[in-house]
Amino acid sequence: MRGFEYVVAGSADEARSLGADPGARFYAGGTTLVDLMKADVERPARVVDISRLPLASIEERDGVVRIGALARNSDVAYDARVASRFPAVAEALLSGASGQIRNAATIGGNLLQRTRCTYFRDTRWRCNKREPGSGCDALDGFNRGHAVLGTSDACIATYPGDLAVALAALSARIAIEGAGGARTVAIDEFFVLPGERPDRETTLAPGELITAIEIDANPLFARSHYHKVRDRASYEFALASVACAVHVDGDRIVDARLALGGVATVPWRARAAEDALRGATAGEEAFRRAAAIALSGARARAHNGYKNELAQRAVVRALRTVCGGAA
Amino acid sequence: MATTEPSAAARRAAVPLTLRLNGRNDSFAVEPAVTLLDLLRERAGLTGTKKGCDRGQCGACTVLVNGRRTLSCLALALAHDGDDVVTIEGLAEDGRLHPVQAAFIEHDAFQCGFCTPGQILSAVAVLAEGRAGTEDEIREAMSGNICRCGAYTNIVAAIAAARGRA
Repeated sequence: MRGFEYVVAGSADEARSLGADPGARFYAGGTTLVDLMKADVERPARVVDISRLPLASIEERDGVVRIGALARNSDVAYDARVASRFPAVAEALLSGASGQIRNAATIGGNLLQRTRCTYFRDTRWRCNKREPGSGCDALDGFNRGHAVLGTSDACIATYPGDLAVALAALSARIAIEGAGGARTVAIDEFFVLPGERPDRETTLAPGELITAIEIDANPLFARSHYHKVRDRASYEFALASVACAVHVDGDRIVDARLALGGVATVPWRARAAEDALRGATAGEEAFRRAAAIALSGARARAHNGYKNELAQRAVVRALRTVCGGAA
Repeated sequence: MATTEPSAAARRAAVPLTLRLNGRNDSFAVEPAVTLLDLLRERAGLTGTKKGCDRGQCGACTVLVNGRRTLSCLALALAHDGDDVVTIEGLAEDGRLHPVQAAFIEHDAFQCGFCTPGQILSAVAVLAEGRAGTEDEIREAMSGNICRCGAYTNIVAAIAAARGRA
């Protein structure tokens, strides 16, 4: 690991000021940052320790659950309000990483987790995300784990997280504070597609700090579920994952939310598939149709074509589960 | 407001740090790039905590920080100033093995032993968390600790046996 200056932020204001330099990185749980610093992918000149700022509480007020950005993944997953109001969020968190990592990783940091793309993580390869304009060795490399949705000619790296997929399905909002004041953005407007600039992954500006995640305590979200498919039963990233929430009245789907992970460059909200589910009869036919719509834009490379079928099956399985096996 | 670029000296300067380490206060001066794992092994002389992958993938470096299991290889030492850290050397009391240590011996829950300190620290925390009622739950809770010898069957048996004794 290269040398760097370490400073403890005494307040959020101080953190924003110290973090505004392009060479500065915030340190919360450290689980992503330290790993990437060892790989020489991240080379901060200054590490700003924000881990002791008072941003770790979970509160429910006026129908909104607000999760402090420094709440640990494990604490959020086992919070009774989160588990009952947003099962998909708790399930997504518990399906990610290991008990040790969940104890360290924070909710805000988890959103910013970097891709597991081998070509990004190994500096011997060309990567437009790591070094803009250098090229992408994943396009014609070993791309079994790479994205089939939201890709560009510059990048096919998969967004690795689970939490953000659940948050996308539940229309969560990200509370941010920066030099220009506080703002709240919809999760859809937080993550950006790679396009020509895969190094830009979110709309966060330098020095801006995620302070909280807000989720509406919508009764629909209490009937949510996260289903993750991976190479081993635990402690592994998704090959495909699905977050969904469905309200069924009789056998009719009144409302539905659907998002995909493990197959896209960003947490992937499948709105057209949701539209197809609304008003349909809950059952295999509607689930399969929604799954096909959700993956309709899929573009595979040499080794990841299987993800199209895998993700569709995962969608059907998740919808069947959340609809109580009625179908 | 942008601040100035840190100097080379600032990037190497040792910073004082105090830990509650296995029940005793211990002070160090460490450079920012020192991980908690390297502090334990190379500054505190506690080599029971193992460096396996050093990248957060194997669990051999698991320690308890403020009672919670965590990976010491993915933590900067300086971020833990004032924290309570327990390593494998701190589990036995008055010369008597911790019940999880004893259960690992009873059940032959290791072969080469390299992953064992991490397995045991993780198991101690898993039992304290109280969410490992079944063998499947133990396996899921312990999935962050890899054993290349494949002693998993006996590790699960040892943890199940230690439940209620720990």
